[in-house]
Amino acid sequence: MNILADILTSVGMWEAVLRIATPLILGTLGVLLCERVGVLNLGIEGIMTFGAMLGWLAVYNGADLWTGMIVAALGGAAFGLLHALLTVPLGLSQHVTGLGITLFASSFSYYVFRLAVPTASSPPTIEPFRPLEIPVLSDIPFLGPVIFNQTAPTYLALVLVVAIAWGLNRTPLGLAIRMAGENPHAVDAQGIDPIWLRIGTIMAGSALMGLAGAFLTLAAFNSFFPTMVQGRGWICVALVVFASWKPARALLGALLFAFFDAFQLRLQTVVEGVPYQLFLMLPYLLSIVALIVMARRARVPQALMRPYRRGER
Amino acid sequence: MTRVLDLSNITKRFGHVTANEDVSLHLEKGEIVALLGENGAGKTTLMSILFGHYTADEGEVRVNGTPLPPGKSRAAIRAGVGMVHQHFALAPNLTVLENVMTGTESLWSLRSNRSAGRAKLVALSEKFGLKVDPDARVSDLSVGECQRVEILKALYNDARILILDEPTAVLTAQEAESLFATLRQMTADGLSLIFISHKLHEVMSASDRVVVLRRGSVVAERATGETSKEELAELMVGRKVERPKRPPATPGKVLLEGLDLTLSGKGGASLHGVSFRLRAGETLGIIGVSGNGQTTLAGLVSGLYPPDAGTLLIDGRAVTTHDVPHAIAAGIGRIPEDRNAEGTIGDMTTWENTVLERIWSPEFSSRGMVRRAAARAATDQIIDRYDVRGASADGRIRLLSGGNMQKLILGRVLEAGPDILVAAQPSRGLDEGAIAGVHERLLEARGRGAGVLLISEDLDEVIGLSDRIRAIVNGRLSPAIPADRANAQLLGLMMAGDWSAAAEIEAETQMPEHKKAETEDAL
Repeated sequence: MNILADILTSVGMWEAVLRIATPLILGTLGVLLCERVGVLNLGIEGIMTFGAMLGWLAVYNGADLWTGMIVAALGGAAFGLLHALLTVPLGLSQHVTGLGITLFASSFSYYVFRLAVPTASSPPTIEPFRPLEIPVLSDIPFLGPVIFNQTAPTYLALVLVVAIAWGLNRTPLGLAIRMAGENPHAVDAQGIDPIWLRIGTIMAGSALMGLAGAFLTLAAFNSFFPTMVQGRGWICVALVVFASWKPARALLGALLFAFFDAFQLRLQTVVEGVPYQLFLMLPYLLSIVALIVMARRARVPQALMRPYRRGER
Repeated sequence: MTRVLDLSNITKRFGHVTANEDVSLHLEKGEIVALLGENGAGKTTLMSILFGHYTADEGEVRVNGTPLPPGKSRAAIRAGVGMVHQHFALAPNLTVLENVMTGTESLWSLRSNRSAGRAKLVALSEKFGLKVDPDARVSDLSVGECQRVEILKALYNDARILILDEPTAVLTAQEAESLFATLRQMTADGLSLIFISHKLHEVMSASDRVVVLRRGSVVAERATGETSKEELAELMVGRKVERPKRPPATPGKVLLEGLDLTLSGKGGASLHGVSFRLRAGETLGIIGVSGNGQTTLAGLVSGLYPPDAGTLLIDGRAVTTHDVPHAIAAGIGRIPEDRNAEGTIGDMTTWENTVLERIWSPEFSSRGMVRRAAARAATDQIIDRYDVRGASADGRIRLLSGGNMQKLILGRVLEAGPDILVAAQPSRGLDEGAIAGVHERLLEARGRGAGVLLISEDLDEVIGLSDRIRAIVNGRLSPAIPADRANAQLLGLMMAGDWSAAAEIEAETQMPEHKKAETEDAL
């Protein structure tokens, strides 16, 4: 089993894990925020596509990369607002609205993309984020290049895990958000309007989804194509359950999935005689197994998917 | 005395319905005012206006002389008004401390000061004797503890005026007693309280002043010391209400017999070697503090679960298949303990709820199709005969008030003409007028020869309806005493597990011809 050992000890493999995990981390944090406040957001797949397109488009038109990221986040927040308005004050079905947002945002992204580049046959590329070597730390053997030679958005994602974990667990706002996901009546009884709290949190979560999409175009693939999100959004929805709605565990889940993905990519190149589609299935299969093991004890936010109407129980 | 709260000329309409009309109410410092009224009299609406959940159409709320801006709970909290909701406003997955602290700090600060919060909570909890663990998850707490958290939440917000919406609705008698003792202690500390209730005895024992609300208007105000239960009942209902009197029994053959029934853990507490007999035309009252096995006993008799050991005999034949359809076919009618969770399906129509239990009978279905016309006709008949107000065959049943829902359930059960009726907490949460109606129906069923197994924790109800009474304690049944020998003190002893007096009474009241049967009964 030399091949396996070679793969598992290569710097390239582990460095890829963190890179592949980045959009999953951002997206999972986004879904987690929405669900913690009590709203399912299945718009993620479309919002990621939109963020990927918008970020790319800004940079393609001469904006710098960070402006591209910010634009993508704002675009995500805008779709978040739409989702929030439909599901919170109007109390519409969160499944249906989310899927609608996904379909709409995906098609809209491609439409805008085609308006911007009507003729190009192969997708135009941009100059992406480059790996940022952190001085001193990146000299640590093995771990240095794996962790401290990533692009800036990856570092951002890692910082956000800590920030959101702190925010949810240690700040008054985070407590109110969690409470709104457990029992919005209780939030109302304490004088905070759960409607606004939910709208704001959904927008913040959707902004993170936009960032997750922008990572794909601005740090991973250098260009936009309409099918590039490829189910990553759905994976994020599953990862939140896997993570039992906890940010640190969301990081763990994203890394685990990314590990399977990086691993199968390398297996494809060295194992012969097996159709590569089999390897493509591997991460999803293992994710389902992991979900079965981890999610059985999960503590679901009690008010998840229950619209809040004053005076109704 | 200083006046801390003033509601003047409050009017609130929902569409065509006027929930409150020109209601004025005031509260002095250190006073306990009971807001008494039947379900639907507008008590909760009035308090929701005070707390800023609703905006009044007319009128004004003043706290310490300053008007409150309408529709803002935050302003009410700041002014020192705290509300303890009937349906607890708590998040089950969060800890007690988290529940209490939500919304008490600026939302934009980067760090929540938990240690200060904990210190304040512990101090309050000690001061008022409201014992609770700050780090316990609310889902692990009992109902009584949840209520303590609700009260602590209000106190933590520095409430000086506390409003409690039907605080004893979910409490056991002992819990309610200790709650009122705590409330008394709070007034000594300068807090002022309003509690909403429809229970006369607690209004009489716990308040200084009573304000009676009927159909949205204040109909009377009395100093508690200068009024009586009877007067208040009449004011609240608007007419003289008397619970029906029990005519003498003519017990017939044994319809239902339990022999040494044992069942562990199902649906609550266990049963240990329970034996009893229920005759035609008599009511056997089972009294007990909830959680002592009565729910399990009712479930077992209604066919929800089979016993682990022992035998259940219906009409002298041992039951072999313990499931609900067989129980119904054997003539058992059930009034479930929780009418919302088990008795009805809220979002289905009244007619569907009426016939669901008997949907396979040829009366309501043929060749796999529901006979809607017959079902609707049967429903209309029940609505008419049992005076179910506000119901239509095609309306959703959740829109009915508790009392009317219970009337429909009674109608559904009694129209099927059961030989045995299992009535679990039949009047829980109902107001005086509705209780009288339910009692009348139960006596009627007994009068036409049915055996009624009445399970209740209400002393008056058990004494008023039963022929014989047994207490259930930790899954065991006490000796049976005849109702005319029962009084609150004796039943209290029996519920506490002291059965010596009951055993003596049972021995001395056994009729010679029943001697053998009754001795078995006591085993």
